[in-house]
Amino acid sequence: MPPAPKSGDALFASVDRVNAELFTLTYGAIVRQLLTDLEEVEEVNKQLDQMGYNIGTRLVDEFLAKSNVSRCVDFKETADVIAKLGFKMFLGVTATVTNWDAEGTSCSLVLEDNPLVDFVELPDTCQGLQYCNLLSGVIRGALEMVSMKTEVTWVRDMLRGDDAYEMRVKLIKQVPEEYPYKDDD
Amino acid sequence: MAIAESCVDAVVMEMVAVYCGGLYAAKPELAARRIEAIGFQVGHQLSERYTMERPRFSDHLEAIKFICKDFWSELFKKQIDNLKTNHRGTFVLQDNRFRWLTRVSLDPYTENTDSTENDSAALGDTAAQTTTMLLYFPCGLIRGALTNLGIPCSVSADMSNLPACSFVVRIKT
Repeated sequence: MPPAPKSGDALFASVDRVNAELFTLTYGAIVRQLLTDLEEVEEVNKQLDQMGYNIGTRLVDEFLAKSNVSRCVDFKETADVIAKLGFKMFLGVTATVTNWDAEGTSCSLVLEDNPLVDFVELPDTCQGLQYCNLLSGVIRGALEMVSMKTEVTWVRDMLRGDDAYEMRVKLIKQVPEEYPYKDDD
Repeated sequence: MAIAESCVDAVVMEMVAVYCGGLYAAKPELAARRIEAIGFQVGHQLSERYTMERPRFSDHLEAIKFICKDFWSELFKKQIDNLKTNHRGTFVLQDNRFRWLTRVSLDPYTENTDSTENDSAALGDTAAQTTTMLLYFPCGLIRGALTNLGIPCSVSADMSNLPACSFVVRIKT
């Protein structure tokens, strides 16, 4: 029998943790430096999303190794795993899954606590900045590694005056895994 | 509030990759300056926060000790292992197992143990370069923290004994 999946709290307790300040301030400093170097806000948005994607493709291994989560039966379960276990394990917070469409292929993840944005205020010159694009990129990257192509976009952002952080996760297609793997490649 | 250590590591590594790979691939010295600048800003802000409720440091050595103990512990959950000084404004802070070196730079070697000798030499080169670039970040952290404490200085890193790493602080007079 494989070990039972851990609860979010147990999972978070099992990883090495640090003070969130170093993470939050480092991310803020990176965004600020990218704004200086890339000049265009839209380019910064793309870069943050790409960085998140790259990070997601790596973090998913650590998540699978530590969480004991087995294959999800459907996208609804996947969304719950991200919200209750994925966010918890890495950021120490959970998200709420809501606003499912009829097909069960797109939903919203709503964050009440968002460690990315402590101490952050956007100046007027950065109004188009999608500050949290790193997070949406991480989810897209992580899901692609487990054969799900998704589109993840922000629909509410407190930095831009909304009342919560909400991202829309849309399953584009399930990529069939190449199986069985050949040994002699 | 706490988060997983791997988030910090991932963001730092990815930042280094972005600056060395895409943005300034042909200009490593510019990439280095950007990475150091990001570290500087973070170090400056962190030392402001960590020293809010303390009396001012009486001299340079007290401030350096704060970096070795409190500041390092907040960041890496351990203290600097060894501190040396020439008593003329140069301090050498040695971390015997610097976290970002134990996690990162050795990966390319272990993952490619079966590649040909030429390949691993080239890979070793890239790994060493990435490591060098990565170290501009903690150098910036230290310089930012000390600058915030009113001590202008330059900071360089010496990684001749991996995974130990020494940071050389030269105080500007």
